[in-house]
Amino acid sequence: MLRFILHRTLLMVPTLLGVAVLVFFMLRLMPGDPVATMLLGDAGGANISKEIIEAERARLGLDQPLYVQFFKWFWGALQGDFGFSMWTGQPVSYEIAIRLELSLQVAVMATMLAVLLALPLGTLSAIFKDTWIDQVIRMFSIAGLAVPSFWLGMIIILLLLSVFSWIPPLTFTSFVEDPWENLSQLIWPALAVGYRYSAVSTRMMRSSILEVLQEDYIRTARAKGVRERLVVARHAMRNALLPVVTVIGLEFAFLIGGLVVTEQVFNLNGIGKLFVQAVARSDFTMIQALVLLVSVFFVLINFVIDMLYAFLDPRIRYH
Amino acid sequence: MKLHALLLSALALAATGASAAETPKTGGVLKFAVGAEPPNYDCHAQTSFAFIHPVRPHYNTLLKFDTAKYPAIRGDLAESWKVSNDGLTYNFKLRKGVKFHDGSAFSSEDIKATYDRLRNPQPGVRSVRQATYADIASIETPDALTVVFKLKKPNSGMLASFASPWDCVYSAAKLKQDPKFPERNIMGTGPFTFAGHVAGSHWTGRKFDGYFEKGKPYLNGYVAIFISGAPMVNALAAGEVLAEFRGHSPADRDRLLKTLGDKAAVQETPWVCSLVVTFNTRKKPFDDVRVRRALNLAVDRWGGAQALSKVALVRHVGGILRPGYELAASEKELVTYPGWSKDINKSREEARRLLKEAGVPNLSFTFTNRNIAMPYVPVGVFLIDQWRQIGVNVKHEQLETRLYLAAQQRDNPTYDAALDFNCDFMDEPNLQLQKYLSHDRSAINYAQQTDRVLDGLYDKQSGELDKKKRYALLREFEKRAFEQAYTVPTIWWHRIIVHHKPMKGWHITPSHYVGQDLADVWLDQ
Repeated sequence: MLRFILHRTLLMVPTLLGVAVLVFFMLRLMPGDPVATMLLGDAGGANISKEIIEAERARLGLDQPLYVQFFKWFWGALQGDFGFSMWTGQPVSYEIAIRLELSLQVAVMATMLAVLLALPLGTLSAIFKDTWIDQVIRMFSIAGLAVPSFWLGMIIILLLLSVFSWIPPLTFTSFVEDPWENLSQLIWPALAVGYRYSAVSTRMMRSSILEVLQEDYIRTARAKGVRERLVVARHAMRNALLPVVTVIGLEFAFLIGGLVVTEQVFNLNGIGKLFVQAVARSDFTMIQALVLLVSVFFVLINFVIDMLYAFLDPRIRYH
Repeated sequence: MKLHALLLSALALAATGASAAETPKTGGVLKFAVGAEPPNYDCHAQTSFAFIHPVRPHYNTLLKFDTAKYPAIRGDLAESWKVSNDGLTYNFKLRKGVKFHDGSAFSSEDIKATYDRLRNPQPGVRSVRQATYADIASIETPDALTVVFKLKKPNSGMLASFASPWDCVYSAAKLKQDPKFPERNIMGTGPFTFAGHVAGSHWTGRKFDGYFEKGKPYLNGYVAIFISGAPMVNALAAGEVLAEFRGHSPADRDRLLKTLGDKAAVQETPWVCSLVVTFNTRKKPFDDVRVRRALNLAVDRWGGAQALSKVALVRHVGGILRPGYELAASEKELVTYPGWSKDINKSREEARRLLKEAGVPNLSFTFTNRNIAMPYVPVGVFLIDQWRQIGVNVKHEQLETRLYLAAQQRDNPTYDAALDFNCDFMDEPNLQLQKYLSHDRSAINYAQQTDRVLDGLYDKQSGELDKKKRYALLREFEKRAFEQAYTVPTIWWHRIIVHHKPMKGWHITPSHYVGQDLADVWLDQ
C-alpha cells in the first residue's frame, strides 16, 4: 500500500510541472496585453502616451525575455510565491485566499446535496427498475442533466425576486461569523449546482448497481439465502460505488474553478469569477496561479479517488 | 403605453425632485452598484469609472464640476481663483480649516505635491495624465492658502482640467515619506474615510466627521458593491442597491420601471461617449481616402439614431464633440459634413461611385468589434447593414476586450476596420480630438495615420482662448477629419440612470466620471 501511495505521489510532480510550463508559454503566445487592457480598455479622458505604456510593461517585467520571466515566476512558485496580480498589484495568493472559502463551501454543499440524493435515489431506481419509482427518479435525474445550472440559478433568482421581492445577499459572510446570512446566500447556488451534480451521480449509481446486481457473487449471496436488503447494502453498493466515487470526485474538483456562470448569476465572489476576470484582463500571473490551483485540486482528488479505490476494492492494493 | 406613462412620470418626478428645495436628512448608508472593480488605489494611475465611483468620495480635487449646472465649475479645495488675461497664470485661494483623514492640516504644499506628481512623477510612480499638465511651467506656493500655476503657453482646457475627478489631492507629507503611498492607501480630505475593501466584492466608506463643509456629508457611509449585468439589475429591482451610476440600457430601464413602479426615479442626458469607426490606414484598400469616404457616406446617422435609441444606449447625432456642448457643431453645420447629410440616397450614390473609382466596387472586409452587448454589438450590426446597402460585404468579428485591443495594437495592427470608443470625463476638445491626431502624437489613434494639418489645427484650438475663434477652428478640424475619414463618429451615447427615489441630492451629468463625491447625496427615509 505504501508503494502504491508513493508511486501515485511521484506521478503528481511531472503533471504539475507540465501544467506550469504549458500555461505560462501558451498565455504569452496568445494575443492580449494586460497593460493595454488596463490603460486603454476604458480610457476615461486620459491622454496616455506610448512611453507610459512602455513604462508600465517594464514595471510588470513584460519587457524581459520570456525565459527570464518564466524562471523568475517558476522559482517563486516553487517557494510558494506566485507573484503579484498584474491588474491589482496584490499578491496572487491573497486574491485567491479571500475567494477560496466561498468556492470550497459551495462545492462542499453541492457535493453533500448530490451524495445525499444520488446514493439512495440511484439505488432505489436500480432495485425498482422499470417500476413507477424508477420512472419518477429517472425523470428527476434526466431533468437535472438537461437543465444547465446557471439557467436554474437564474430561475431561482427570478422566482425569489418576483415572489418575495428578495434576492440572496450580495456580499459574502463567513459561516463562522453568521451562519444564517452565510446560508441564505450560498444555499441557492448550492441547490442550482447540486441538482445537476446529483443527477449525474444518480444515473451513474443506478447503472452501476444494475451492473453489479448481475454479478456471480450477488447470485451466490442470494442462493445462500442472504436477505435482499443485505445483498444490496453489503455486497452490491460497496462495489457499485467505485465509478460513482470517480464522478463525485471529479465533479467536486470541477466545482472549485468551474462555477463561472453560476457565480456570475448569483454575484458570488469565488474562484470561477476571478478566473473569468483574470482572462478578460490578461492578468497572466493570476491565470497561471489559478490554473495551477485547479490542477492541484484535480491531481489531489484523483489521488484521493485512487486511495478510495484501494480501500473499496482490495484487488487494487495488491496489484 | 403604461410603461411609457410610467417613464414620463418618473422623469418628471426626478426633474421635480432636482429642483424642489427639500431639506436633506442625515444618516443612513447608501448601497450602490459598480459594474467593475478598481485595479489599485491611486487616482493618478486610473482611467476607469470603476475606480471613480467607489474611491472619489474619499478625496477632494482643486475644482469640481457643479453637477446641477454642468459644465459649470466650482471650487472644491479652492475657494476662489483668478486666471490672468494672457491665460498663463492661474491663482487659487484655498479653503481654510481643511483636514486630511489622519487629522493633519491641508495646505498649498499638498496641491503642489499632487500636481508635481501628476505632471512629473518620480521613477516607479504611475501618472497617466502627464500630457494633460505638460503645459505647466511651475507651481508656486506663496503662502499656505495660495497656489499659483504658471503655464508655458495658453491652454484653453486647463481650467476644466483642474476639475478632473482623477486629480485627487494627496498629502505632501505622505508623498514625501513614500511617493507610492497612494497605491496601497486611501488618505484624502474627502467627505468619507476609507473603511474597507473586500477584493471582488465591495468597498466601504464611512462619514468623515472632520469634513470641511459643515453638516456634510449627509450619509453615515456607503457601500459600493461590485456587480454587473443582469444580477445588477436584479439587485436594483430588489432594493439591495439603490443606484448604479454608469448607465442602463433602455431595456433595463423599462424592466426596472415595470418592477419598481413609482419607487423609481429616472434621470437621462446625452453622454460624453461616442462610438467611432476606425479604418486601418496601413492596410489596403483603407489607405485610399475614397474608400474611407465611401464607407462614411453610406451610414445613415439620422435614421440610425432614431432606430437604435429604442434598443441601445445611443441616441444623438453629432460630430467629434457631444451634441449640445457649447463648442459642438450645430445640426445646420453637421449636415454639411460628408456622411451627415439627411439625403442618404444621394450620399450612398456618391459612395458607390467612389468605391468604383477606387477599384473596389465589391469590397469585402472584416469589422472588428468588442463583444460587449451594450452598445457595441447593436451599433456594429447597424453599420454592417448600412454598408451592405452600397454592396459592401462585411464580416462582423466580435472580440473580448483584450483581443479587441490586441487587433488594434500600435506596431502591428491586424484589423481592417473597427468600432472604437471615445469616452471622456468632460466635454473638452483637447480630450475628444486626441483620437484624431497623428499616430505619433496619440496613443489612442488606431487609424495609424499621420496628418500634420489636423495636428496643427489641434494645437491652434488648444491655445485659443477666444471661444468664437476656437469654435471656428474646431469646425475646420472636423471638416478636415471627416473629409479624410481616418476615424469617424457614429452615434453618441445617451446616459440613463434609474435609482430608488429615497436617494436624493444626486444629479446626472453627461459624464459618468464626475459628480461622484457623494457629499450632497442623502437618503429620504
